[in-house]
Amino acid sequence: MTTDAELAQRAQWIRLETIRLVDVAGSGHYASAFSAAELFAVLYYDTLHIRPDEPAWPDRDRFLLGKGHAAIGLYPVLADLGFFPTEWLDDYTRLGSPLGDHPDMTKVPGIDFSSGSIGHNLSVGVGMALGARMQRRDHRTYVMLGDGELHEGQVWEAAMAASHFELGNLVAIVDANGSCLDGPTSEVMGIEPITGRFEAFGWRTVEIDGHDVAAIRAALDALPEPTSITPTCVIARTVKGKGVSFMEDAPEWHLGFLGPADRAAAEQELRADTSPGGGA
Amino acid sequence: MSAPMGEASWNVETSSHLLDTMVFGEELADLAEERDDVVVLTADLMTSNRTDEFWRRHPDRYVNLGIAEQNMMGVAAGLATCGFVPYVSTFASFASLLCAEHLRTDLAYTRLPVRVLAHHAGISMGFYGTSHHAVEDIAVTRSIAHLTVVAPCDAAATRAMLRSTIDQPGPVYVRLGRGRERAVYDELPTFERGRFVRVREGSDVTIIATGIGVRAALDAAAKLASDGIDARVEDAAYLKPFDERSVLAAARETAAVVTVEEHNVIGGLGTAVAEVLARHGVATRLALHGLPDDYALVAPPSHLYRHYGLTADGVAARVREVLG
Repeated sequence: MTTDAELAQRAQWIRLETIRLVDVAGSGHYASAFSAAELFAVLYYDTLHIRPDEPAWPDRDRFLLGKGHAAIGLYPVLADLGFFPTEWLDDYTRLGSPLGDHPDMTKVPGIDFSSGSIGHNLSVGVGMALGARMQRRDHRTYVMLGDGELHEGQVWEAAMAASHFELGNLVAIVDANGSCLDGPTSEVMGIEPITGRFEAFGWRTVEIDGHDVAAIRAALDALPEPTSITPTCVIARTVKGKGVSFMEDAPEWHLGFLGPADRAAAEQELRADTSPGGGA
Repeated sequence: MSAPMGEASWNVETSSHLLDTMVFGEELADLAEERDDVVVLTADLMTSNRTDEFWRRHPDRYVNLGIAEQNMMGVAAGLATCGFVPYVSTFASFASLLCAEHLRTDLAYTRLPVRVLAHHAGISMGFYGTSHHAVEDIAVTRSIAHLTVVAPCDAAATRAMLRSTIDQPGPVYVRLGRGRERAVYDELPTFERGRFVRVREGSDVTIIATGIGVRAALDAAAKLASDGIDARVEDAAYLKPFDERSVLAAARETAAVVTVEEHNVIGGLGTAVAEVLARHGVATRLALHGLPDDYALVAPPSHLYRHYGLTADGVAARVREVLG
């Protein structure tokens, strides 16, 4: 089993890869990928039942990235697992690359659904979970949403449907980094209490520190059986820009580009923290 | 059943015995006997669109999402990734406008085999008004890459179109009427992807029509024949891909082309025909017969059709006008 320390290291590596890919592209969503790094690490290196050599395996767990702008942090993971050649990363977002800022399921093996227009993917996840039920398959469907994504009304249409259809095989993970493009989510459009709102829509909820790999693993290991009748929402409290001190909770880094000096400082901070036992 | 209703009657519950061409629920229920991948979705419209027959016969493959059309599109996309062929049914106004982005981003960009049954297209919702009219949907759907757009014009055409498109790759937008279209076809027509169906031979003028325009064009052709005008009539059952060959043949073999559609004349069938002619540098007399660039009046549908000339008389008058 992958240890917690190894998973924490993986998360820091995801951040370093994100910095590298933003360099290739010339601009990118650092902070949104940073807040989700531990979630990606635990999901892909521990939780999900997937077969990189058989991306369309019918019984695989599905993972949908509702907040598609964090794909920059997911691509290195998919390449590392063998879904596609790591060389693809070197041309990230360049003319003809399969890898865009938002993921395209028709071009990227391992991407279970395209995203980019936030608010759509929880509905798709409801369809996948419903399809699994109709086919009597016992895998799970996971959908990661940003907390700003909860502004979209369609999320709540999907949330209503998930409990109506008793989809215990559906798991929403809210990367609650408390920030959207124009500033703190609470100031732009408040969405709290997230937990209470999902519960009111008939969901089971778990609230965790989204940078604590042990807590993430524990929450995902404790999911009810896929045959159960209540969908689960994991509210992962995270910090936007986590891991690089000057990016943390700084809205200007939602989308940006590090100059050489800043990049060196950021990489140094992340590398210093990747030694075994280093807190993430 | 309540008292007999006239052609102006509306209430979908009491007049459902008049919905002779609202056959897709029944046809899909038959198809679902033959194959296990057909699922039907609706958003609280199972009685209005008669998919309740499917629900009765195949309750385990029927999904009612409540009044949440955008969620329905996403759910259909998710089901399609599992290997199902989902048929999504709702009013054309909601399917094409409320869910325009979902058609593009969730169904077409992803190339998923979802079929959108967009019924009550055009102004067939009558006095329900603009919120329930869909006179922009051809423009919206034709400009979405990898989306096939079809418009079966009667019951037989609807049955034939559902069967002929079931295994087509990618999504299909099926533009349907309100279920009271008079028959064009005596038996199931054969549709070839991207081709019109010639429903009347003629050498003087070509009427290219879609939806209720086809029956109106055929009746107009009969009237014109008594004046010695021999009109060809093409059923534009495929709006995308589009039958360029038949458009060019119409311009070359007959003296004028008249398009007939229950749609805004901007961005619809007529525009598509004009694009083909312009692109090939073919000059001909062309009249675009459809709805003005305005919001339609409210009235029972048949009254609206007479008002806007989407009738045999209206089409015949337009043909005479263009022939001068």
